[in-house]
Amino acid sequence: MPVAASAIYFLNLRGDVLINRLYRDDVGGNMVDAFRTHIMQTKDLGTCPVRQIGGCSFLYMRISNVYIVIVVSSNANAACALKFVVEAVALFKSYFGGAFDEDAIRNNFVLIYELLDEIMDFGYPQNLSPEILKLYITQEGVRSPFSKPIDTRPPANATLQVTGAVGWRREGLVYKKNEVFLDIVESVNLLMSQKGTILRCDVTGKILMKCFLSGMPDLKLGLNDKIGLEKEAQVKARPAKSGKTIELDDVTFHQCVNLTRFNSEKTVSFVPPDGEFELMKYRITEGINLPFRVFPSIKELGRTRMEVNVKVKSLFGSKMFALGVVVKVPVPKQTAKASFQVTSGRAKYNASVDCLLWKIRKFPGQAELTMSAEVELISTMVERKSWTRPPIQMEFQVPMFTASGLRVRFLKVWEKSGYSTVEWVRYITRAGSYEIRC
Amino acid sequence: MSGHDSKYFTTTKKGEIHELKEELNSQYKDKKKDAVKKVIAAMTVGKDVSMLFTDVVNCMQTENLELKKLVYLYLINYAKSQPDLAILAVNTFVKDSQDPNPLIRALAVRTMGCIRVDKITEYLCDPLQRCLKDDDPYVRKTAAICVAKLHDINAELVEDRGFLEILKDLISDSNPMVVANAVAALAEIQEGTTKIIFEITNHTLFKLLAALNECTEWGQVFILDALSRYKAKDVRDAENIVERVTPRLQHANCAVVLSAVKVILQQMELITSTDVVRNLCKKMAPPLVTLISAEPEIQYVALRNINLIVFFCKYNDPIYVKMEKLEIMIKLASDRNIDQVLLEFKEYATEVDVDFVRKAVRAIGRCAIKLERAAERCISVLLELIKLKVNYVVQEAIVVIKDIFRRYPNTYESIIATLCENLDNLDEPEAKASMIWIIGEYAERIDNADELLEGFLETFPEETAQVQLQLLTATVKLFLKKPTEGPQQMIQVVLNNATQETDNPDLRDRAYIYWRLLSTDPEAAKDVVLAEKPTINDDSNMLEPSLLDELLSNIATLASVYHKPPDSFVSRVRATVQRDDDEEYAAESLDPESSSAPVSEITTSVAAPGGVPGQPAAVPDILGDLMGLDGSADQQPMTRSLPVLLSASAGQGLQISGKLVRRNGQVVYSLMFENSSQIPLDGFMIQFNKNTFGLAAAAPLQVPPLVPGRSESVVLPMVMYQNVAPGPPNSLLQVAVKNNQQPVWYFNDKISIEALFGEDGKMERQHFLETWKTIPDSHEFIKELPSVCVNSVESAIQKLQATNLFFIARRSQKESRQELLYLSAKVPPNIVFLVELATVVGTAGVKCAVKTVSPEMAPLLFDALEALLST
Repeated sequence: MPVAASAIYFLNLRGDVLINRLYRDDVGGNMVDAFRTHIMQTKDLGTCPVRQIGGCSFLYMRISNVYIVIVVSSNANAACALKFVVEAVALFKSYFGGAFDEDAIRNNFVLIYELLDEIMDFGYPQNLSPEILKLYITQEGVRSPFSKPIDTRPPANATLQVTGAVGWRREGLVYKKNEVFLDIVESVNLLMSQKGTILRCDVTGKILMKCFLSGMPDLKLGLNDKIGLEKEAQVKARPAKSGKTIELDDVTFHQCVNLTRFNSEKTVSFVPPDGEFELMKYRITEGINLPFRVFPSIKELGRTRMEVNVKVKSLFGSKMFALGVVVKVPVPKQTAKASFQVTSGRAKYNASVDCLLWKIRKFPGQAELTMSAEVELISTMVERKSWTRPPIQMEFQVPMFTASGLRVRFLKVWEKSGYSTVEWVRYITRAGSYEIRC
Repeated sequence: MSGHDSKYFTTTKKGEIHELKEELNSQYKDKKKDAVKKVIAAMTVGKDVSMLFTDVVNCMQTENLELKKLVYLYLINYAKSQPDLAILAVNTFVKDSQDPNPLIRALAVRTMGCIRVDKITEYLCDPLQRCLKDDDPYVRKTAAICVAKLHDINAELVEDRGFLEILKDLISDSNPMVVANAVAALAEIQEGTTKIIFEITNHTLFKLLAALNECTEWGQVFILDALSRYKAKDVRDAENIVERVTPRLQHANCAVVLSAVKVILQQMELITSTDVVRNLCKKMAPPLVTLISAEPEIQYVALRNINLIVFFCKYNDPIYVKMEKLEIMIKLASDRNIDQVLLEFKEYATEVDVDFVRKAVRAIGRCAIKLERAAERCISVLLELIKLKVNYVVQEAIVVIKDIFRRYPNTYESIIATLCENLDNLDEPEAKASMIWIIGEYAERIDNADELLEGFLETFPEETAQVQLQLLTATVKLFLKKPTEGPQQMIQVVLNNATQETDNPDLRDRAYIYWRLLSTDPEAAKDVVLAEKPTINDDSNMLEPSLLDELLSNIATLASVYHKPPDSFVSRVRATVQRDDDEEYAAESLDPESSSAPVSEITTSVAAPGGVPGQPAAVPDILGDLMGLDGSADQQPMTRSLPVLLSASAGQGLQISGKLVRRNGQVVYSLMFENSSQIPLDGFMIQFNKNTFGLAAAAPLQVPPLVPGRSESVVLPMVMYQNVAPGPPNSLLQVAVKNNQQPVWYFNDKISIEALFGEDGKMERQHFLETWKTIPDSHEFIKELPSVCVNSVESAIQKLQATNLFFIARRSQKESRQELLYLSAKVPPNIVFLVELATVVGTAGVKCAVKTVSPEMAPLLFDALEALLST
């Protein structure tokens, strides 16, 4: 059954109900007490996001200092329920201007009630696009109660747009300058063993788009992915251009992309929502260009001393730079102090996270930097358990570099008025969980 | 934009309610609105503001949409506690449902549906009818859901007003969102009943697939879920569906992806081409992997669903994700990748989180038990871990090693010495008990076994029961293996301790048994205590195939997260089904013409899921595909002649098929039990509910214990008129079967009246004529059987005779080439049927006329005749 929820509760960390909405009659209003006593007040909190108590199931998520709890009694669609919560939070954030916490909920409870009524009916999720909802659910009334009492009526065609095939874009947009911004953001996940073998490596990327386009434009995006290029070569009956092509493991698209067309023609075509949105997500596991390699060596010299040597080598082009590079080397809890020698950047011992932090603001390409540190430990009376050695972690950002090698080949905009557009493309690669065991 | 609503929460004064009342009745709109907001705020924090009902409802008639919504919200919450006052709101609702603004029309219908007060429901019907046909799709989509709401409150009303028909029409609506909501509503109504309300036909299938492309992400979920219940007619049909659904795998919404996977898995059962299946598996795998990069909660749901993917734990994963990944890694471990997996487990075993570490150590042990060839490597990893001397790791490792010893007896004793070094550090009962078990089991190979045990014995009285029991057994084993002086003294001490100084009955009883055994016949004791033990098996693939089938059809729902069938945790579903049965029962008695039709539907719908042979084999082996292995599931062709009454998926692996038949002048229930669960089943018993003919078991059910995979046929003699159900007759036979391992199973069968015809039903011609005349014409019933065709009168007579429908006379009419047959039958004690059959040989269509003194039985006879003549 596609039902996602019988009731939804927003609780603060103490378990007080901030807002609740019952959608169905099959759960009692006091079910939230069960959640409080059986989950919040026990150590089970955080062990499993789906729990069954009595006849009801609880699915919950924590967002900043708020618990969002969904209660159902039937065999509901769990994926749907949790995804609904995620989307709803995104919607609220877009209404509140970015923040979603206990205060924001209290300050906007009327609006939230109104939205909850609109986005879910009898436990079935309805349209959750902020773009469209903002057409007719506004907080104007609260902000300026005297100004225009009659104008609270929504535009006449709002309902048609809510249910329309392009339920994410409103009509009649006009921009003086038509611009599109594309951001290709990749995060590299790496798990490397002590000996330098790669245990796991993948890139999850997303293409973020900011559209300031008039009217109802049709867009078409071309990437240098293998399948798309091959298909194109077939259609145009000419050999594919040489150059680097990449193989995408998997792609998921924003709901505006015509999936059937992607499946048959392998082209990404869509009518974009206005403003900022995530066009697509992809994942790549083959042929990844690692931006950094790390060569650690940690020696325990007796009971009270450790020697840490970390060499980091940048593998991207010499004309590029990595920004905000941080190397976190974990050390035992009983570390007293550490002295450092670095070829670049700054290093210090941070006792609150039990790490040596080495920060390099600007890391040039094709370079090799090292840090060596001498760590002094307090000798404790208790026999020391062998130290578990968490992995070394890295943070960085490399602008204009993609670990996957993905490139945008073209972005075509077509609108019936035939205006010209300016397109901007940026690339950036960030560290996801970039871990090297030591 | 951010509001300042928090100010409404601040009122905590004593005279609050009174003050609010005044403000609500204020003539200033803004003051009114603020007051309503305060009321809602108070409601939110749990204060009772129901006494303001009238005042709030008075604010309802307003132009201000925001205020109206707030009042409606209040109504939803309190209407139930003030049903009489709620009527006040009806007028406004009805008026609003005709407002020129579609938003208000929809709002009115939506809210009315949420108010579960009977009186309001009556007034809801007319506006709902209008709104279902509204020009505005927004109103229509809201009204569609509202039908489901109304059905939940009052199902009869929905049927009477023909809302179901309108809802079905909405499937062909031009607006995709309306289609999606209509589908959701229909699916929900179907869920609560056994009647066929929502059936996907060729036409609707086309509509649904078309709407799938255009509707919102949630609408796609509704449609996909509905499609997953659709049974494709043939391979082409299935392939067509799969082709249209596959693009959904690329959707950003995880619920869409999982529902699409569900549909594809369902349809794949029909697709025979291995190439297509392999291709589909390849297409499904990457999107599932991508789900793992979503929010952790969603990851968890996905993992519980997938259980199939190769990867490693991240250091910062939440514990529930880690545990689930570990579980999956054990499943995936094979001879090829065991080295890598072990390395990974070893790494986890040195982490900080104690629970996770323990689980990791256990995982190593389970790998050893699962993969014989890798056992040695697993043990060496365990030994390395023991050498780390981290206390809880050592203890966990010992528990695990005990299991390994049980799996591979007499193979790895060389490591005992290492284990013994850690004896002093053990403080957890489970670890201690395990160690003691090892010592006892291998006492003859451990030179200082007696010393070791003696060390434990010193603290015997303080130990937990688990350790005490193990100590007792181990000492006895030691004594039997090394009957020297040391152990003899020890055993004396232990037995004394265990019999006199304990109040644990288990321990005391076991001690007494050993004592008696030892004192009467030490040889026998040896046989008992040192008997060969069965080796244990890997339990990582414990899901029963039938359960797995059911779970696959429930992908993305809670069932697949809990790994339980839906009705084991949803009580409501079962309750409604039963209620509906009763309703049908009542309907039948009013309308004898159609009496048995719904019942047969029930049985067929029960039979359908299990009726597809070889279903377990159809589960595609995505796992194998991911790992690059061949998924060669074993195919089990099953032959079944009896109709299935309880399908394996409904009966946790137990399948029961059966039919009432007549054998040697007696009514018997021919039954077949098949055990496709993982456990042996025994102690079968059967019960029959009261029924029209009072059928009951004449003897206890004799089913031999069923080991997994076995099936057993039984013939149960029956008696009649034992427990007669009062009321008009029907063919429903409700049966309950239980066994020692499972809950009681209930199922329905249909009594075939032909099994009840007695051998004494034959009449003389004269007698027949007389009886025919004496029965008034009002007791004559006529029914056409248009689909039945009699090809040979003689064979038909033979067939009917065989079931005690006795042939009396035959007449041929020349001009119409019609054959007339006269038959008689009798159901004990004396329900007599006189039958006239008229048919043209070789052409379809038989006209039956029945004269009987028990008119209510006639429909049953027609069914029997139709069944007999059409075979």
